[in-house]
Amino acid sequence: MARTNRDYALLGRDARLAEEIGLVSAAWYHTEIPRKLMKDLMQRGDLPAIRDTIILFATMIGSAAAGIWLWPSWWSAPFWAIYGVLYASAMDSRWHECGHGTAFRTRWMNDALYQIACFCMLRNPVVWRWSHARHHTDTIIVGHDPEIIAMRPAVVARLILNFFGLFELWGNGKATLQLIFGHMPETTCSFVPASEQPKAFRIARIWGLIYLSTAALAVWLGSILPFMVIGMPILFGSWHMVMTGYMQHLGLAENVLDHRLNSRTVYINPVSRFIYWNMNYHVEHHMFPMVPYHALPRLHALIRHDLPPAHPSILSAYAEIIPTLARQFRNPDWFVKRQLPATAKPYRPEFHGDLEPGQPTPGIGGYPLPHAAE
Amino acid sequence: MPWITACSTDDIETEDLMRFDHAGRSFAIYRSPDDEFFCTDGHCTHERVHLADGLVMDYVVECPKHNGQFDYRTGEAVRAPVCVNLATFQTRVEDGQVQIFIP
Ligand code: FES
Repeated sequence: MARTNRDYALLGRDARLAEEIGLVSAAWYHTEIPRKLMKDLMQRGDLPAIRDTIILFATMIGSAAAGIWLWPSWWSAPFWAIYGVLYASAMDSRWHECGHGTAFRTRWMNDALYQIACFCMLRNPVVWRWSHARHHTDTIIVGHDPEIIAMRPAVVARLILNFFGLFELWGNGKATLQLIFGHMPETTCSFVPASEQPKAFRIARIWGLIYLSTAALAVWLGSILPFMVIGMPILFGSWHMVMTGYMQHLGLAENVLDHRLNSRTVYINPVSRFIYWNMNYHVEHHMFPMVPYHALPRLHALIRHDLPPAHPSILSAYAEIIPTLARQFRNPDWFVKRQLPATAKPYRPEFHGDLEPGQPTPGIGGYPLPHAAE
Repeated sequence: MPWITACSTDDIETEDLMRFDHAGRSFAIYRSPDDEFFCTDGHCTHERVHLADGLVMDYVVECPKHNGQFDYRTGEAVRAPVCVNLATFQTRVEDGQVQIFIP
């Protein structure tokens, strides 16, 4: 039987333990890059994101129009499939990049796309900006990272149902309702400053009105068609976000301070890269979150000598993830420790212990504290 | 003597910044697109991350950790997740040296 000794709760036991051994708000490993080069990589521009946003919105409008025109025939299905992926997966990556403020150089453009993307994903723009900041401070630190999507051992049914957007819709719908009624759960309050909370309530109420109007239109038309455009695409279009999202950290180390140990870079096809906005370069993104999505391939080429080799395909990433999750049922401390090339700087045991797959993870209750992190 | 020499004007490129440590404190010195010099506290007000690895765009410095932004002329926090303003310090240029006033 698996040892389920991890406490992923944000204010839980392992949150305190991680803090005690210095894993929280800590200094992380970075590949060295000369300042001049880094400055060049960080440069913002409007053109790549304007181009991509025009393509995105044009395809969304076109596919939704075709879907509405052919409704209720099954011939509309392929158009809804396209619209759904753009609504519920491409908008996830837009939410992410604009949340970092790196998509455009012009701030209002970033903010406008951020608000639209948040609406599509039903993610409150205030709450999710702060939760993602925490994910970057404490990436895959148990009890601190609010974005850990697979616990150890994983809840398989949940991982599968995620492909159908059920938890995304249910979780975010419930959170939005709470915010509409002016309630923010204590765990959320742990990372959203009090001064920002009224903004979160206000936006949730505006969304509530939009959803109410959509419902009124649906009743008037006697059809679910309005919800095919707003809301329901989360159910049939999240699969791409989930497929790419699972590749980010699943099966890799917890409670380490080196993104090479807990994040994964995967080469993927150009269509998926457009939808995912290059977040397949995930180690690079976590190491240098100021580098915009369009410069990540360049950053990758520059630092790959210091990273574990990138996976050649989505299939290759899953060939690593699935057996690892299966093994974590027997030993929740199991993970994949990817080998570094000879040109890389070694992992640094002085920062998070010399963590080996299957050995007790520092910061997890019931284990002795690691002397290495003193 | 509250005016302290921090660096020479050539040490910082236009639209860039550098770190300056003095008497146990850490500062960030900026050179604006118009080649004016400014100085703020070195650490972000969100978490204790130094701004020296950040990005200067026009009159804004972006923190390297979560992309929070400050107007480095006034220290004003202009983009979440920073909410608290940065402390700023007076600067002057004397004989090609950037000096900051530490009260
Ligand atoms: S530490 Fe500077 S924005 Fe978070």
